[in-house]
Amino acid sequence: MSRGRIWALVLRYTYVYRRSVLRILEIFFWPAVDLLVWGFLTLYLEQRERELPSGVTFLVGAVIFWDVIYRSQQGITISFLEDVWSRNLLNLFSAPVRVSEFVGATCVVGILKTVVVGLYLALLAFFLYRFNLLAVGPSLLPLFVNLLLMGWALGIATTALLLRWGQAAEALAWAVPLAIQPFAAVFYPVSALPSWLHPLAWAIPATHVFEGMRLALRGGSAWSHLLLATLLNFVYLALAGLLFSFLFSEARRKGLLVKIGTQ
Amino acid sequence: MGEFVISVEELRKEFLRDRPVVNGLSFSLRRGEALGLLGPNGAGKTTVIHLLLGLTTPTSGKITIFGLPMPEKRVEVLERLNFASAYALLPSNLTVRQNLMTFARLYGVARPREKIERLLSELEIGPRIDQVTGQLSAGEAARLSLCKALLNEPEILLLDEPTAGLDPDIADKVRQLLRRLRAERGIAMIYTSHNMRDVEEVCDRVLFLRKGRLLVEGSPEEVVRSFRCEDLEKLFIQLARERKQDLPGAISEEHE
Ligand SMILES: Nc1ncnc2c1ncn2[C@@H]1O[C@H](COP(=O)(O)OP(=O)(O)O)[C@@H](O)[C@H]1O
Ligand SMILES: [Mg+2]
Repeated sequence: MSRGRIWALVLRYTYVYRRSVLRILEIFFWPAVDLLVWGFLTLYLEQRERELPSGVTFLVGAVIFWDVIYRSQQGITISFLEDVWSRNLLNLFSAPVRVSEFVGATCVVGILKTVVVGLYLALLAFFLYRFNLLAVGPSLLPLFVNLLLMGWALGIATTALLLRWGQAAEALAWAVPLAIQPFAAVFYPVSALPSWLHPLAWAIPATHVFEGMRLALRGGSAWSHLLLATLLNFVYLALAGLLFSFLFSEARRKGLLVKIGTQ
Repeated sequence: MGEFVISVEELRKEFLRDRPVVNGLSFSLRRGEALGLLGPNGAGKTTVIHLLLGLTTPTSGKITIFGLPMPEKRVEVLERLNFASAYALLPSNLTVRQNLMTFARLYGVARPREKIERLLSELEIGPRIDQVTGQLSAGEAARLSLCKALLNEPEILLLDEPTAGLDPDIADKVRQLLRRLRAERGIAMIYTSHNMRDVEEVCDRVLFLRKGRLLVEGSPEEVVRSFRCEDLEKLFIQLARERKQDLPGAISEEHE
């Protein structure tokens, strides 16, 4: 792996944002809308039900945490789509770029997006709702890292599917994370799901992160959840990597790489 | 062996089972040589270029570039060659400079800024450096592609219809430029086209492909002479249309 080439690609993907106000707005607009909706819902619930467990304030934390997964996944898939949209795949892969360097660069874009949008949302939540993300305590960083890792796994898997099914399947880029959200205990605990869904929910790393976050905000310890989340994430990252490398060589064999690169 | 920068043996590519698009193709490219890949639409020219670049993998056969096997050693090989095509322009939403800087970094070019400025002015698009690529004219975009293709001082240029979609005047300029690059830098080239003029002017040797098979090979003059045609243009039409066995002096072809 060459750090120079990874950096070249990371810069290439950030150039797009330097030039387009719309693209920047997109990054900051939608998460803010989410935060506003869930924030005001929280305020409303608190006004109505004084005796409600402070659990509802977690909704704001949940919005911020979920966005980490989403940005991290988008960092990878949108970067790939960027080169599909601009028909640049042929130029890119006729350059001495290793597949691992390409994936590595998009993962770095995922980190950048996650950090920027995460900080922005945390500040917004603090000023609008006095929600202090730091109240999560020392497990905040490892929880965050696990969300990032899950976003990577999702992003790599989604991109592999895009390679296989091409631009027609573009909607997958946004659909895949959303399809997982209902089962990942983001805004409600696993116990709110019907029991036959519990095994599925616990198989998702994010479930452990969100349960862990709620525990930590109540003053409990998130570490056992963190351990499971991390283990699951490494399993999924390995699987996503295998899927990507398999579908990438399939794309070379079937001529899909040049097809999506030129159509 | 050392003389050949590319050698291709019995190359075959099927996208669908038993429907070869490249069929038992063998050829080699000498250092500094310009080889034209000629043939009607769908002959498999672009596929050959993609196979050489490792963008697609062969069904069978052997590709050796700089003595290294492709696609196994693709990174080492791709560092020393480059590619340009009218169908693979650089991202239109970045500036000329951003695009070239990206590729300069990918190819590990030393002193990229100076290199880019020098190449741009050499190709006479220097003033466009801070413009968005999508605003370039077709001719400027073609030259920008060439500029990208020259960043790493390649020993081989793979050019897939570099003049497609250009008006005759600009196309002529691009061909002159390619001739000059050959003369000055001794770059070997594989040049695909269905435009005779391109190949006649730029190439030392021509491979005529039809349905993925090599039909005729030789210098442009030789090929024309052996078929008693007035020029390549007429020959092209004849070769593209006629049945193989009707042609005098064609390379023998086994039956499928
Ligand atoms: N990526 C691909 N997937 C499937 N079929 C392809 C692909 N690329 C080319 N082909 C088919 O292979 C044949 C040769 O195409 P191509 O190499 O583009 O020819 P040329 O460049 O000589 O016009 C065509 O029939 C085309 O449809
Ligand atoms: Mg073609």
